[in-house]
Amino acid sequence: MTAHAETAVAFSPRRIAAMMLRYWYLLRSSWPRLVELIYWPTVQMITWGFLQLYVMQNGGLFARAAGTFIGAVLLWDILFRGQLGFSISFLEEMWSRNIGNLMMSPLRPFEFVTALMVMSVVRLLIGAVPVTILAIVFFGFNLYGLGLALVAFFINLMLTSWAVGIFVSGLVLRNGLGAENFAWSIMFLFMPLTCVYYPVTTLPVWLQPAAWVLPPTYVFEGMRALLIDHTFRADLMLDALGLNVIFFGGGVFGFLKLLQSARRHGSLMQTGE
Amino acid sequence: MSASPTIQVEGLVKIYKKLPAVDGVSFSIAPGSVTGLLGGNGAGKTTTIAMIMGLIMPTAGRVTVLGAEIPRERYRVLHRMNFESPYVEMPMRLTIRQNLTVFGMLYGVSDLAHRIQQLGEALELTDLLDRPTGKLSAGQKTRVSLAKSLINSPQLLLLDEPTASLDPDTADWVRARLQRYCRDHHATVLLASHNMAEVERMCDRVIIMKQGRIEDDDKPSRLLARYGRRTLEEVFLDVARRRDEAREAAL
Repeated sequence: MTAHAETAVAFSPRRIAAMMLRYWYLLRSSWPRLVELIYWPTVQMITWGFLQLYVMQNGGLFARAAGTFIGAVLLWDILFRGQLGFSISFLEEMWSRNIGNLMMSPLRPFEFVTALMVMSVVRLLIGAVPVTILAIVFFGFNLYGLGLALVAFFINLMLTSWAVGIFVSGLVLRNGLGAENFAWSIMFLFMPLTCVYYPVTTLPVWLQPAAWVLPPTYVFEGMRALLIDHTFRADLMLDALGLNVIFFGGGVFGFLKLLQSARRHGSLMQTGE
Repeated sequence: MSASPTIQVEGLVKIYKKLPAVDGVSFSIAPGSVTGLLGGNGAGKTTTIAMIMGLIMPTAGRVTVLGAEIPRERYRVLHRMNFESPYVEMPMRLTIRQNLTVFGMLYGVSDLAHRIQQLGEALELTDLLDRPTGKLSAGQKTRVSLAKSLINSPQLLLLDEPTASLDPDTADWVRARLQRYCRDHHATVLLASHNMAEVERMCDRVIIMKQGRIEDDDKPSRLLARYGRRTLEEVFLDVARRRDEAREAAL
């Protein structure tokens, strides 16, 4: 019998592929899941797109900021949907009571997290690509026109979304599905402080340092600099990257500590409410 | 010289909020044996098995499985063991074949398509392989869980109430398949159950637990002789009531 052919290797691409296959099978088998990926980003983009049209038609200062609303919506969606994509794939294991099977299998926490990260990108692309094309068609806003800056924005936003997604998954593992609401709402805690739709200077002076602690703030400021002043602020992207390294490390550390705590408290056997 | 035990448990303790769920349990399980962990609800069977699997961290004590210390070295041996429990389920939307493919890949099974075919035939699932797991009957789902637990031809199989909620005929069928697997693969089985008939039929050794402790540990035939009883159910009731009477007398 060759069933034990694979020894206990520390990091197995095959196990990561197994988990990605599992989520792909799930997406493929459920059209509501696929529609859900596209529906909300489309609604958001259309709503903000029309608002932007209105503001532009009324001229003034805002006319200069052409594209910032839709740009902000699309970048916010990368951040929000990236985290949600990670968390929902994880929650699927909790909802299906499969987490015990996985925790008892040779799948390592880092492999599980890697699979969830890759799937968050896949889910994001399924939703975001059609929406960005609609933005070109309806409002003439071409996100891809941002070029290499878009790559820098994307990497930084995904890193933040993963850091938050990893930490929230740890919370759910430790506390059961009672903590599920964090997965849906935690990113909205970031929204006012990361200054998605307005510059950081809009915030009260005492609150601005809190905004600059969050990596997405640098991305949204960078986007405005690019669209309004036509300047790519590499310094902002590097600052965001530095903070993201800390956020990501903190997320992984928190996840491992919460997993350890779940093992101590027996939460992995009781993953309900 | 005897072979080293497949499972070695020494002074295992698990305390939840000052309440002991498992209270100083020690035993060792020989390779190729089928051992029943018998006890009522709350006896500590599931917690003991979960600690052996590394899903729950003990408060005190030591667990060694296939020579690896659990939970520290669990990844050294997880691909050589598997389990089935009513506390976990297979993803419902995936077909049986998809589920077995995913778990086969996780366990590093080579020639996976052939292995799935083999299990499909052995567990009479061939015609159902492309049906979503959620659309199966309880008995069929149990067979799928069994297929998952055998996907990597484990040397150690941990079974927690493997026939719970099954009708007697299906339960009997599952037991027969498990016995055949153990015989053919010289696999070690630790079976937690409160189904006395199941334990009596399958196990060559019985560990009776109550309130987190081991109350008795012997071969079924010796337990029957020692208690002067005809069935393990009667033995179990003797053990269960012995302590209750002692407690009432003390009060």
